[in-house]
Amino acid sequence: MAVDTESGRAMNQTLVMAGTIAGVLAGVLVAASLLIWGERRLLAVWQDRSGPNRVGPLGLGQVAADVVKILTKEDWIPPFADKPIFVLAPMIIMTTTLLSFAVICFGPSAVVADLNVGLLFFLAMSAMGVYSVVLAGWASNSKYPLLGAMRAAGQMFGYEVFMGLSLMGVVMCAGSFNLREIVLAQRHLWFCVPQVLGLVIFLIAGFAETRRLPLDLPETENELVAGYHTEYSGMKFGMFYVGEYVGVVLVSSLITVLFFGGWLGPWLPGVVWFCIKTLVFVCFFVLCRATLMRPRYDQLMSFGWKVLLPLSLANLLVTAAVVLVRGGQ
Amino acid sequence: MIALVKALWTVFLHSFRKRATIEYPEKKAYLAPRWRGRIVLTRGPDGKERCVGCYLCSAVCPVSCIALQCAEDETGRRYPEFFRINFSRCIFCGYCEEACPTYAIQLTPDYEMSEYDRQNLVYEKEDLLISGQGKYPGYDFYRVAGVSIGGKGKGEGENEQPPIDVRGLAD
Amino acid sequence: MATLYIDNKPYEFEEGRNLLHTCLGLGFDIPHFCWHPALDSVGACRQCAVKLFKDENDCTGTIVMSCMTAARDNMRISIDDKEAHEFRAEVIGFLMANHPHDCPVCDEGGECHLQDMTVLTGHTYREHRFKKRTHRNQDLGPFVHHEMNRCIACYRCVRFYRDYAGGKDLEVFGWHDSVYFGRHESGVLASEFAGNLVEVCPTGVFTDKTFRKHFTRKWDLCSAPSVCVHCSLGCNTIAGQRSGVLRRILNRFSEDVNGYFLCDRGRFGYEFVNGSRRVRTPLAKKGRNQKLEPLDRSAAIKRVAELFSSGRPVIGIGSGRASLESNFALRQLVGPQRFFVAESETQHSITTEIVHALRRTPASRASLRDVAKAGAVLVLGEDVTNTAPLLALAVRQACRTAALTNAHGLGIDPWNDAAIRETGHNVRSSLVVATPTLTKLDDVATTVYHAPPDDISRLGFAIAHALDGSAPAPRGLSPEIEAMARGIARDLAQAARPAVVSGAGSGSASVVEAAAGVAAALYKVNHDACLCMSLSECNSFGCTLLGGRDLTAALDAAERDNAEAVVVLEADLYRNCDPAIAGALLTLPRNVVVIDHTLTATAAMADLVLPAATFAEASGTFVNNEGRFQRFFSAIAPQAGFAPGYRWIAEILSVVGPEAPRWETLDDIVNDMESRVADCAGIRAAAPSASFREGSQKIARQSFRASGRTALLANTSVAESPNPADPDSALAFSPEGIQAPREQPLVARYWAPGINSVQAVSKYHGDPPAALVKGEAGADAAENHGAKAPAAFASHASEWLVMPLHHIFGSEELSMLSPSVASLARSALIVLNPEDAAKLSIRENDAVEVSNYALSCACVAAIASWVTKGSAALSVGRPETQGLDLPEWLWIRKAGAP
Repeated sequence: MAVDTESGRAMNQTLVMAGTIAGVLAGVLVAASLLIWGERRLLAVWQDRSGPNRVGPLGLGQVAADVVKILTKEDWIPPFADKPIFVLAPMIIMTTTLLSFAVICFGPSAVVADLNVGLLFFLAMSAMGVYSVVLAGWASNSKYPLLGAMRAAGQMFGYEVFMGLSLMGVVMCAGSFNLREIVLAQRHLWFCVPQVLGLVIFLIAGFAETRRLPLDLPETENELVAGYHTEYSGMKFGMFYVGEYVGVVLVSSLITVLFFGGWLGPWLPGVVWFCIKTLVFVCFFVLCRATLMRPRYDQLMSFGWKVLLPLSLANLLVTAAVVLVRGGQ
Repeated sequence: MIALVKALWTVFLHSFRKRATIEYPEKKAYLAPRWRGRIVLTRGPDGKERCVGCYLCSAVCPVSCIALQCAEDETGRRYPEFFRINFSRCIFCGYCEEACPTYAIQLTPDYEMSEYDRQNLVYEKEDLLISGQGKYPGYDFYRVAGVSIGGKGKGEGENEQPPIDVRGLAD
Repeated sequence: MATLYIDNKPYEFEEGRNLLHTCLGLGFDIPHFCWHPALDSVGACRQCAVKLFKDENDCTGTIVMSCMTAARDNMRISIDDKEAHEFRAEVIGFLMANHPHDCPVCDEGGECHLQDMTVLTGHTYREHRFKKRTHRNQDLGPFVHHEMNRCIACYRCVRFYRDYAGGKDLEVFGWHDSVYFGRHESGVLASEFAGNLVEVCPTGVFTDKTFRKHFTRKWDLCSAPSVCVHCSLGCNTIAGQRSGVLRRILNRFSEDVNGYFLCDRGRFGYEFVNGSRRVRTPLAKKGRNQKLEPLDRSAAIKRVAELFSSGRPVIGIGSGRASLESNFALRQLVGPQRFFVAESETQHSITTEIVHALRRTPASRASLRDVAKAGAVLVLGEDVTNTAPLLALAVRQACRTAALTNAHGLGIDPWNDAAIRETGHNVRSSLVVATPTLTKLDDVATTVYHAPPDDISRLGFAIAHALDGSAPAPRGLSPEIEAMARGIARDLAQAARPAVVSGAGSGSASVVEAAAGVAAALYKVNHDACLCMSLSECNSFGCTLLGGRDLTAALDAAERDNAEAVVVLEADLYRNCDPAIAGALLTLPRNVVVIDHTLTATAAMADLVLPAATFAEASGTFVNNEGRFQRFFSAIAPQAGFAPGYRWIAEILSVVGPEAPRWETLDDIVNDMESRVADCAGIRAAAPSASFREGSQKIARQSFRASGRTALLANTSVAESPNPADPDSALAFSPEGIQAPREQPLVARYWAPGINSVQAVSKYHGDPPAALVKGEAGADAAENHGAKAPAAFASHASEWLVMPLHHIFGSEELSMLSPSVASLARSALIVLNPEDAAKLSIRENDAVEVSNYALSCACVAAIASWVTKGSAALSVGRPETQGLDLPEWLWIRKAGAP
């Protein structure tokens, strides 16, 4: 019976797990696709326009229309492309960004994989995402994609470093790589206060990692046509496109988790608080796009290595010192 | 850094501004009278066609979308036998209006002329001719031109002396 | 070569011209109005002012009129000088003070010399505050429209009309501010060259009335270099069309042929191309007496091809109206033995005689330019004003050579027109007009002699005998005539470059023989002598080169060989021979095929009509009266229904015989002709071939300003079709290509940057190629001396010798299909001597019947004393008088009289 109970519990756990996975997957994808519409509406709001408001209520049907369009478009593989890698590249980005959501805890218990190295897993997955972009550019076998890919490689590998370093302060403060524990460690004070420098650096690195404006150097449409995905069309392009929005949601969720106390908050259920906080940062991403202009590539790189790297190292040292002193007491 | 934040704030404040766009087609924009839209042929103050078939509009048209044939009635007044504009080629540059010496061809504030069939965008004189004078009321080319037409003989135009009598001694 | 410094830069030039002409030739733009390259200088308009400096140290200079100043070596002038520029602007300001606000409704707009010059001087606003002067217009007939308000009083019109062309009814009236250029009252301008006023007038006072009916701006005309088809001179023209309608004919400058001018028949006869009687699709009859009905093109060709499989011969009748290529193609189709020419026996003998005379004469063959420069002219038997009008204009210029020589002796520059005319009032070159009928040249002739053709011929023989004792003398000549002949002979012998002018117009072979004899005899005493003869049709010379026989021979052949069919190429047989012969030719063979562009009486008789292209729709070659190969090019793109005659025949040939030559393009036929017909050697030099390119580009038929490309045909289909291809020439039906070609035969329009009017001609210097039919080698002048002078004219009791009376408007077939020309044609006229008229109790304008055994025609009487008693002159080429082979002895009676 015990075995039965055991297996029943295991079964139950599996079902819950499956439910969570399905919920997270569906939630993330729906959020990402809504973001396609949401971003256009928000940009319009900040540019004194109305944005897409013709299809369905509030123009929400635009999401469905876009999905139908992108699915029915001709999926063209250029004859000069390296076909297997060309097909593989967009899959990688979708897979890695979606996998990163496994370690995000949306609520006290709403987490797919409560890994004790959760943060490292995210960093690993995000590093994998670079391959997608580089391979896409390489496999396209044409000049603009290659230039885009080269830029992406330089930009993403570089900012990966500061991203990792900026998070180490949080890890030291929480004393864990487990995201749930990091959230729980913020019960008294959100890390955005002691780790404000880490937050800023992570935010900037987040822009670079998701290749969002103002740091969308790999796809600058006015210099490189569309950068690494110039040759992509149909649903393959759709994967890059949706992948970018999934990335935005991911970075926003991480900021929430790491610096703004995740699900913590009064009165409302934890998941709702999490969603609200994440939404604010998603909007912030769009606001940045609506406001800031793109730097030159050399400015981007020198800013990264000459400003952000020393700053994040300093942040790390100061945090370490503070933790050491406090631990010593 | 502060400038960036200020910029973000300024842009954010735009959320509460009045929209610059309007909801076409429910609402329509105001178009100035000199807006360059659908081309019309106007009539003079006497209700007669202003176009004298001088071919200047067709010559100046950068996309060669105007074709006409000049004709003359029994009194010497000139008019276009046919006047055709291929709006599927027209770029609404307004050069024709600028070139027209008689204010006959004018561009109007109308842009709603989409068609499913390109052939329907070929406008003939009957489609172009309106019954009014358009933007320049009161102008009549023949009153200032030297030629005589029905109802206006030699020397009867504006700023003209009576015709010279070759047989007279005084002149 | 001398050096001229213009704005301190040296330029090389030939001395002998005035400054204006020299500077224009060097590519400079100096505003001018009264100067015209053919009319020279009078210094009336004060527009061409330039600054003249004494030497390089002179910086003040003096303003001179460049048209009145000779260009001399080491002269220093300035065109851009501020004072000179202001002077010119001031002058044009005055000219524009009264010019009306008319340009949009003025036909000259866009090709107006006044517009060009106003822009050139920079005049933009009228500063004159007062009212504009106005004038009443006149109706000047069907050709020229008058709008006097636009006049700037440059005097070019009267200088051309009166001084150059010898007209009398256009005059300048009034004085200072009220000068008026017109007739004393409304009426048709009497000169045959009135149409040139359209080109001579620098603004829109005189415009083309026929062009007005289907008016198109110059920039919209799709034009091509062409050759006039209305007489044998082959004046060079520019044919302009739009939308497949031929809109107008302009002069194309050719130094050797027509120079700067055309006659009114050539300029306004073009409307037959747009005529209602044009055939535009193949027509066929199901049976002999049924109606002509439209037929499919390929079915038509198949039907003609079948005629050749019957085994019985097919007769081909070519004509002097069709191009050399079409005639040659027909000759190849039917074989040289069965190729005939649409001419009666007499006509054919005269044409052949003229061609032989021209090719054999030891004297040089005269171009119109040679005639215009002749020191003395003998016109023998030909009323050139009515048969070859521009030849008359050339003869008129020849009358001035003495005045020019006189002026030269007085040290007057040859371009100083007013001075030459002033000093040359009483100096006149010798011009002998010896013709059967009154001519318009009589007023400038030093000797006039009107007599029946045989007497004219006798005078010719007498002159030849007086020049060369070995030439046969006519017997029984009156002493006066003999004295006259001796006088003429003396003048001709002493003159520089004397010219003998004759032609087919008199209908008498002996006149032609006499003229050839005079030329040969004259050559013995004066090696500068030249001979000019006019023929009946634009390609009579070319047709003769192909060696066809006449229509009587054609009928014999048709009867003898039991012909299956007769193919008639661009000819109305009824106009050219006895109706009995024409009728037999069109009924005897089982099938009659007519290739023609117009539904003539002959075409109406045909079983099958293949629609030919006119000169405006086809390219081809004509040989003019001088034996000059001249290429004309299609202005109108080929259309589905009709095709050039040679193209029809080439298609028939490709079906008939596999061994037949493959003629894809005009050049194929030209090359084939040059290799097969020895007399046609040189035809290839007439114009560059279709593969010719100037800087890798074709020559554009359309101006770069051509408009309406995306709208003109949009009513039929909004989708645009590509420009038509032209395999036959180096010209393109497109605005893309060379606008101002260097090759004279390819000049499709006169235009230069800033000069939109025809005056841009002064920027063109291409000379036409010397593509002349070679003389007949080994021919001996003595051969001509086999000819004998005819017996003197003697009147018959009840018959009159009726001589041909030619009318510039009325005697030519095609121009009569042009409404404007037809409106000037009078009904057939018979001119009688007053005594004969009294005898027949006929008064002026009475209806008269003229008849022979077979024919009778109605005409109107006129009475004139120049008609020799016992003879009469009857209009030729009119429908009433068709079929008569004049001169002929005929009965004359008052209509209704017994």
